[in-house]
Amino acid sequence: MTEFAQLSLHVPEPAVRPGGQPDFSNVKIAKAGAVPRPEVDVAPEDIRDLAYSIIRVLNRDGEAVGPWSGMLSDEALRAGLRHMMKLRAFDARMLMAQRQGKTSFYMQHLGEEAVSCAFRKALRAGDMNFPTYRQAGLLIADDYPMVEMMNQIFSNERDPLHGRQLPIMYSSKEHGFFTVSGNLATQYVQAVGWAMASAIKNDERIAAGWIGDGSTAESDFHSALVFASTYKAPVILNIVNNQWAISTFQGIARGGSGTFAARGLGFGIPALRVDGNDYLAVYAVACWAAERARRNLGPTLIEYVTYRVGAHSTSDDPSAYRPKTESEAWPLGDPVLRLKKHLIVKGVWSEERHTQAEAEIMDEVIEAQKEAEHHGTLHAGGRPSVRDIFEGVYAEMPPHLRRQRQKAGY
Amino acid sequence: MARMTMIEAVRSAMDVSMARDDDVVVFGEDVGYFGGVFRCTQGLQAKYGKTRCFDTPISESGIVGAAIGMAAYGLKPCVEIQFADYMYPAYDQITQEAARIRYRSNGDFTCPIVLRMPTGGGIFGGQTHSQSPEALFTHVCGLKVVVPSNPFDAKGLLISSIEDPDPVMFLEPKRLYNGPFDGHHERPVTPWSKHELGEVPEGHYTIPIGKAEIRRAGSAVTVVAYGTMVHVALAAAEDAGIDAEVIDLRSLLPLDLDTIVQSVSKTGRCVVVHEATLTSGFGAEVVSLLQEHCFYHLEAPVVRVAGWDTPYPHAQEWDYFPGPARVGRALAEVMEA
Ligand SMILES: Cc1ncc(C[n+]2csc(CCOP(=O)(O)OP(=O)(O)O)c2C)c(N)n1
Repeated sequence: MTEFAQLSLHVPEPAVRPGGQPDFSNVKIAKAGAVPRPEVDVAPEDIRDLAYSIIRVLNRDGEAVGPWSGMLSDEALRAGLRHMMKLRAFDARMLMAQRQGKTSFYMQHLGEEAVSCAFRKALRAGDMNFPTYRQAGLLIADDYPMVEMMNQIFSNERDPLHGRQLPIMYSSKEHGFFTVSGNLATQYVQAVGWAMASAIKNDERIAAGWIGDGSTAESDFHSALVFASTYKAPVILNIVNNQWAISTFQGIARGGSGTFAARGLGFGIPALRVDGNDYLAVYAVACWAAERARRNLGPTLIEYVTYRVGAHSTSDDPSAYRPKTESEAWPLGDPVLRLKKHLIVKGVWSEERHTQAEAEIMDEVIEAQKEAEHHGTLHAGGRPSVRDIFEGVYAEMPPHLRRQRQKAGY
Repeated sequence: MARMTMIEAVRSAMDVSMARDDDVVVFGEDVGYFGGVFRCTQGLQAKYGKTRCFDTPISESGIVGAAIGMAAYGLKPCVEIQFADYMYPAYDQITQEAARIRYRSNGDFTCPIVLRMPTGGGIFGGQTHSQSPEALFTHVCGLKVVVPSNPFDAKGLLISSIEDPDPVMFLEPKRLYNGPFDGHHERPVTPWSKHELGEVPEGHYTIPIGKAEIRRAGSAVTVVAYGTMVHVALAAAEDAGIDAEVIDLRSLLPLDLDTIVQSVSKTGRCVVVHEATLTSGFGAEVVSLLQEHCFYHLEAPVVRVAGWDTPYPHAQEWDYFPGPARVGRALAEVMEA
C-alpha cells in the first residue's frame, strides 16, 4: 500500500509530443484471424473479451485469414477499393479547393477510408445513418453523386442545402444519411430514437449512430447507450477511435484503462473492437451487428481502431501537438494499400490496374469538380438566393419572418 | 361535450390524436404505467399498448434526442418533460437539433415533435418546480411556443401542436391544471367544472397556433397576458373596476401581433403581465413591438408586471407570483399617466 499523502490531480498525457519518437507499443494488436466469431445471438456477457481485443482479417502478407474472413466476392472487394480511392481523391481535390479559397472549410478522411466505405456495404437501402463529419464514405460507397457533394461544399446555386450548412455537412434521406449536426454526440441518441421508431412500426430497417473517440465524453453518448440498452433498439453504435480529438489524445476522454468498446459492457450491449484500417474486418463486423439488429436482437457497439493521418480540419495544424512521423509508425497500416495488396495477392488486381484506376478516378473527380464549379464556388459565380435564408425555418412561413424577408428586400 | 379539467383536456387531446393517427407516440418519465405525475397520460398505455405510450429513463437529452430520431423516421412523438425546470439537459437537443433540422436539411428531414411540460408556480414547488422558461424558447428560430390558459384551448391547441409539421413547445401552467385560479391564494380554486371554458368537446377539434383571443373586451387599457396570468389579469380588471381589454396570447411564437396592435391602437394604454422573470422576459418583446407599431397611439408608457429577477422562492412564492394587486397597481399607473 502507498502512504497517505497530499492529493494531486492526474492529467493523462500521450506517450510522445512533437520532436519525440512515435510510440504505439501500448496498442495491443491481436494477430489477424485470432479473434473468434461468435453466433449473432450470443449472450453479451459471453463475449466480453471482444471489447478488449481487435478483430482483424488481413494479415501482414495481405492474406485474409480467420473466422471473420471470406464474406466478400472479388468484385465487391474491387468495388470497395475503388470507393476508398475515390474518397481519397475527392479529399485531395477538395482540400486543394479550400486552399484556393473556393470554400471556407474542409475535413478529410485520410487513413480512415475503410470505416465508412465498408460499413455502408453492410446496410440496405432504407436503413439510416446518423453520421458525424468524417463519414462521407457512406455517401461515396452508396454512389451518391460527387457533384452534389461538391455543390454543397461550394455553397453554390445548386447546393441542395441552399448555402445553410457548413461545408461537408451533407444530408440525404434517400441515401440513408441524416443531416449532419455541428454539435458533437447529439445525433447518437437520435439514431437510437430512429431505430426505436422502426421497431415500434415492426419495420425491417435499422439505424446506425456515429461518434468520435473524443465525443464519447458527451452526456448524449451515455443517454444513447441507456436508451439503446433499455429498449433493445435495432441500432449499430459506432465509435471511430482515430486517436485524436483535434489536439487532445484519446486518453483524455477514455482515462487510463479500458477501451471505448468496453463502455458498452456495463449496459449489457455486445461490444466489439475492430481494426478500422482493414476493409474486410470492418465489413464483417458491421454485417454481424446488422444481422443482430435485423433479427431483433438489439444494439451492438463497435469501436473502430484507426488513425487520423491528416489534420483534424483545414483549420488545424497537427504538427503542433504530435510527432510528424506518428502516422507512419501507426501499426495498422494504410487501408487503401492493405486492400490493394490483398487483391494483388489474390491475383485479381495489379500495380498497373491500380495506377490506371487512380488516373480514371482522378479524371472522374476533376470532371465533377468542373461541373460543380460551373455552378459557382463560395466567393464566385452562382450562389443561393438571399431569399433562401428565410425559407424552410418552418413548414409555413410565419408573419414575422415574412416581414423580415420583405425588409431584406426579397 | 363534457366538463374537463385542463389535465383531462390534455389527456383527451392525446387520446384523440393517438386514435386518429398510429404514428402518434407518447412517452416520458413515469407517463406509461402510472400515467404521469400529474396524471395527464393516465390510461393511454392501457388503451394503446406499451409501444405507443411508455416510460423512459431519466435522461431528458435522451428523451428529446430519441424523439427527434423517431420524428425523422416518420412518427409524431408527443413527449412529456416532467417539469419545465428539467428541460435544461435537453436544451441542446431542443434548440440546436429539433429547431433546425428542417432548415439545415432543406426539408429533407423534419421534426414534428411536441414537448409538453408543466410550467410556472403557485403550487409551492420551490425553485426547481416553478420555472417559466418560455423566453428561452421564443428566442430560438424554428420552434413554436404555445401556452394555453384553459381546458378548451389546451385540447384544441395540443391537437394542433401534434398535427403541426414543426417542433412545438407546449407549456402547461400547472396552477391551472385543476381550475381557473384568480390570483388570490387565500381563496380556493374554482374547479373548471364551474367554468364555461371547462366545457370541452370529446372528439377532435383544433385551435390554430398563432391566434390570440380577447378574453374581456374593454376600451380603457389593454392587458396582454398568457397562461395563468390571463386569470390574474381578469381578476385585477374586475377588482379595479377598470374597462380593461384582456388579450390571451395563447401562442407566443408565432405571435398574433395584429390583435395586440389593434387593441392597443384603440385603448392607447397597455400592461404586459407574465410570471417569468422580468429582465429579457417575453414581455420585453411585446413592449418592443408596441413601440414599433403603436408609438403614436400610446398615451402612457407600457408597463410590465412580472416575476422578480430572482430564483423562484418557496415560502414567499405568493409575493413572487404576480397577483391581481400588483396588476391593479400597474393598471392604475398607466391610467394616471
Ligand atoms: C458539442 C461540441 N463541442 C465542441 C465542438 C468542437 N469540436 C469539433 S470536432 C472536435 C473534436 C472531436 O473529436 P472526436 O470526437 O475524437 O472526432 P474526430 O474529429 O477525431 O473524428 C471538437 C472538440 C463541437 N463541434 N461540438
